[in-house]
Amino acid sequence: MRLVLEPRAERSTAAAIASPLIAVGLTLLVMSILFGFLGKDPLNALAVYFLQPLTDSYSLQEMVVKATPLVMIGIGLALCYLANVWNIGAEGQFVIGAVAGSYLAVKTQGTDAGTWVLPAMLVLGALGGALYALIPAICRVRFGASEILVSLMLVYVADLVLDYLVRGPWRDPHGYNFPTTADFDPVATVPSIIEGSRLHIGALMALVVVAAAWTVLGRTIKGFEIRVVGAAPKAARFAGFDADRLVLFTFAVSGALAGLAGIIEVAGPVGHLQPGISPGYGFTAIIVAFLGRLNPIGILIAGLFLALTFIGGEQAQISLKVPLDLTKVFQGILLFFVLACDSLILYRVRLIRTRKAADAVA
Amino acid sequence: MQWLDLTYLQAIILSVIVASTPLLLAASGELVVERAGVLNLGVEGMMIMGAVCAFAGAELTGSTLVGTAAGILAGVAMAAIFALLTLGLAVNQVATGLALTIFGLGLSGLIGAGFVGQRITPAPQLDLPVLTDLPFIGKILFGQDAFVYGSIVLVIGIWWFLYRTRPGLVLRAIGDNHGSAHALGYPVLSLRTGAVLFGGACAGLAGAYLSLAYTPFFIAGMTAGRGWIALALVVFASWRPARLVIGAYLFGGVTILQLHAQGAGLDIPPQLMTALPYLATIVVLVAISRTRGVAGSAAPASLGLAFVPDR
Amino acid sequence: MADPVATRVTSQPLLQAIGITKLYGTFVANDHIDLDLHPAQIHALLGENGAGKSTFVKMAYGLIQPNDGELRWLGRKTVLAGPAQARALGIGMVFQHFSLFENLTVAENVALGLPPSEPFAKISAGIAEISRRYGLPLEPRREVWRLSVGERQRIEIVRALLQNPKLLILDEPTSVLTPQEADQLFVVLESLKAEGRAILYISHKLDEVKRLCDTATILRGGKKVATCDPRRETAGSLARMMVGGEIGEVKSAAGERVGKPRLVVQDLSMVPDDPHGIRLDHVSVEVRGGEILGIAGVAGNGQDELFAALSGERLSASDGSVVIDGEAAGRFSISQRRRLGAAFVPEERLGHATAPRMTLSENALLTRHAVGMTHDGFINRAATIKVVDEATKAFDIRKAKRDPEAASLSGGNLQKFVVGREILRELGVLVVSQPTWGVDAGAAAVIRQALIDLAARGAAVLVISQDLDELLEIADRIAVIFTGRLSSPIESKTADREHLGLLMGGSSAQPREMSHAVGA
Repeated sequence: MRLVLEPRAERSTAAAIASPLIAVGLTLLVMSILFGFLGKDPLNALAVYFLQPLTDSYSLQEMVVKATPLVMIGIGLALCYLANVWNIGAEGQFVIGAVAGSYLAVKTQGTDAGTWVLPAMLVLGALGGALYALIPAICRVRFGASEILVSLMLVYVADLVLDYLVRGPWRDPHGYNFPTTADFDPVATVPSIIEGSRLHIGALMALVVVAAAWTVLGRTIKGFEIRVVGAAPKAARFAGFDADRLVLFTFAVSGALAGLAGIIEVAGPVGHLQPGISPGYGFTAIIVAFLGRLNPIGILIAGLFLALTFIGGEQAQISLKVPLDLTKVFQGILLFFVLACDSLILYRVRLIRTRKAADAVA
Repeated sequence: MQWLDLTYLQAIILSVIVASTPLLLAASGELVVERAGVLNLGVEGMMIMGAVCAFAGAELTGSTLVGTAAGILAGVAMAAIFALLTLGLAVNQVATGLALTIFGLGLSGLIGAGFVGQRITPAPQLDLPVLTDLPFIGKILFGQDAFVYGSIVLVIGIWWFLYRTRPGLVLRAIGDNHGSAHALGYPVLSLRTGAVLFGGACAGLAGAYLSLAYTPFFIAGMTAGRGWIALALVVFASWRPARLVIGAYLFGGVTILQLHAQGAGLDIPPQLMTALPYLATIVVLVAISRTRGVAGSAAPASLGLAFVPDR
Repeated sequence: MADPVATRVTSQPLLQAIGITKLYGTFVANDHIDLDLHPAQIHALLGENGAGKSTFVKMAYGLIQPNDGELRWLGRKTVLAGPAQARALGIGMVFQHFSLFENLTVAENVALGLPPSEPFAKISAGIAEISRRYGLPLEPRREVWRLSVGERQRIEIVRALLQNPKLLILDEPTSVLTPQEADQLFVVLESLKAEGRAILYISHKLDEVKRLCDTATILRGGKKVATCDPRRETAGSLARMMVGGEIGEVKSAAGERVGKPRLVVQDLSMVPDDPHGIRLDHVSVEVRGGEILGIAGVAGNGQDELFAALSGERLSASDGSVVIDGEAAGRFSISQRRRLGAAFVPEERLGHATAPRMTLSENALLTRHAVGMTHDGFINRAATIKVVDEATKAFDIRKAKRDPEAASLSGGNLQKFVVGREILRELGVLVVSQPTWGVDAGAAAVIRQALIDLAARGAAVLVISQDLDELLEIADRIAVIFTGRLSSPIESKTADREHLGLLMGGSSAQPREMSHAVGA
């Protein structure tokens, strides 16, 4: 038995839309089997995971809160992946963005600094993420080192930088020795959209990022450049596009977006700097980018969907007593199916029983 | 002058060997995979699955051997998913490798949840009369566990296979130019599948070593980036088995440095010492990559490219 | 048509193809092909690009399976499941695009083409044996990337001969050789024939076939047109069978031709960025307005590097090494050069000249964004699609819809688009590489005519081509590139093929040792 791929002459539009949906469907199927193995009623478990969060307003808000970093990072990663540049260190850029922005919050703590603090923190966060992302980009452009490995290594380093700061110089003196900074002052906190709600203006910023990315990719020469460099590097060079500069550009932009997401996260929902500020947003955003088929609108939808899995995972942990790691398993399986279904867009897949049979058919 | 103390030096060398072995095991497998022209970035995921399944196997049966087999099988099973996607469906290898790692980290946490905090008897070490008791070198040469000896045998075997056997030649040929290999009638995808599964077995074995001999216990995420470092090691070695041994022991040494630097009373933040292996990886990647350009030391020409035969 | 050959030959055919048919989807690549190959005969398979020659050869070597029809080996029905089986029967193959491994040695490459039972130690001895017997010198321990194209082909031939094949298939073997190297190959083939081996010789070169082959089978559009004795045919009659009608002669433009120099290359030297590349060595040449200058040469002698240096895909160290319309442009990017009125058409249609999976309008934007089509960084889509429509009309491009993906077009139609995309704007200088490579005769004629007309309008046109006949037809002057050095141009009207051939082989340009020094 073997698989045979026949290239399609033209890309199939129907398959392009159907493929993420099929992937989600197949993932749910595998998940129900997994729930069965864990001794849970699959339908009930799926409902807890994917429907229950949609029924109360707290969870809905929480979904948007969690989707905000996923969408922001996912957009940046999509720019990279479209250009065939492999930034997989967004998790580290997220952390460094959070650290860079928090520097100002920590330093102005308890002073009478004005409303300029938060905007400056956001700028610093984006800048920190961008600069951190430029390290692997420069290593690749200047020395030819794999940006995949370098960006990934820097995730571990970023976590250790954060760990060092909150256990050392930035630790809250009144924090009972917990590894955390003091809670940020109000001027250093991302405001809510509606008083008392968890929804903060970061969500609006994510929407702006989506719209901007959609415009750039679809309407501008820069977006065209990104797509050509990724799809046909030699043709891109012929077009006069500088692939090296684009590596720097896409890394810087995606790093800035990850860093921005990082500082919004600590200055918003978290409220202070501490280890473990990300439940793996930087890695989950990779799945968001692919599930959204590297398309900004698709990423917005995919970001919301994966945010749902985080919340569903927490609820399932409480009410079903299943481990939290189930969410990561779900995300991994989803990415497998998304990638596999993407193959359907480029190829017609046929399963052929034996070699002899293949020849008889062919 | 603690450094001159032979017992202390022996302890350092022993710990370097222990730290290097999982890197060497995982990187050996990946070297064969990449020589066949496939880039599997899922080493970390295969390794952690090897670790958890090996621990579960050993804990449930009380046998290190069964545990090791379970770890290898887990690595192979993970690699099979990768092969199905990248070789069967021509899916992008980088993305699939990432998916494998995310999936492996999650699933290992799920499986391992019930085993956290438990301990097993570590894998037995060689104990020969006279030889193991030799001063200084006795423990180093004749007092290791089977994984350590196995890793050396594995690298030598891979060298012999690649450069002294015909299937090895075919494997290198496929990595160099899959189109030509296909034109000559070699089954590119089948051979690559074999290489990928072998790589999975090695990564699984490396994971088994971590949970059966290195620690010996299981905690979530215990591979701590070793799979990624193994990938960097293959680059460092310029895809040559002999250099892989040097690289693995160099990195093992860096890992151990962090433990002993504190012992030596240096006032350095522990986080910086922990970051050393990751920083060293970056430095090595940059240093090795810039000396490239000379033909012959470059990556296999078909590395990471999908192959779809025409009919 | 009568089959004089078949009646003359009394021996049993070695390989017989009966009604061989191969479908790709709905496309019929081979349509009921019948063919008999006899021992001690050189049998030509003649046809244009896309006529189905390569498809047939792949089936005869077991690489793909026919949908219908059968192969008979010595009269017995045979299904060739793979190349290994074909080799076991005694079929050897020399590929057009070599099936070699750059980073392996000659001996390893040869070993890979032999059955696994062959001990490696014996292979080196075997190579030496064959090398001596047929005059094909090879060094077993050298890595392939160090070798010239001719040497690489030798590996293929030696590899095939080591298995002592009864039938040897060669797919367009001379397309990469100088005339002199081709002559040497013909000597080898004659001696193989004298040993009683059958040879299937795939080509589209009529002179070669007339000179070498005993029988010729002509394919057109996947169908067999005729089997004949090529020595009794004229080149014209063979061409008619191959193309299926007369081809319009390309008309050269009348009137005064030569104007001011518009493209000047002065002492251009460049080290390749790829270790396998060729170093450009003090290249100087002038192309004047109104003329077509041809650059001949065997593949891999620096043509790609020269194209990259002229287009600006690689920048040279000094401004003055490339001058476009009086402007020193050696360090200008490709976009800046386009703004000076230059345009470029690279050899590789898919992947270099176009992004295969992008639409034609996007591919119009690819080379023309530097000279319009955008406003403040935003794309003017109407302008991009207009180029597609204009090129479609001017060059009669056949396509399934208004704006399809580049990869969906046939080679000829895509090449017309790639040339049309550039020619349809005001041009001072055009640099084009292999303008009609792998293109059907009709499209080739259209493209050549367009180049001549462009020159007639006063542009300077530089054509890099391995097809000497093409250059002799359209170029006013021809220079030859060899290992990165360019000869001084000679008038094509008075050009002597023999002389050009020698230049292409480096014989009179410089001593032979020089070429090896550059290669290593």
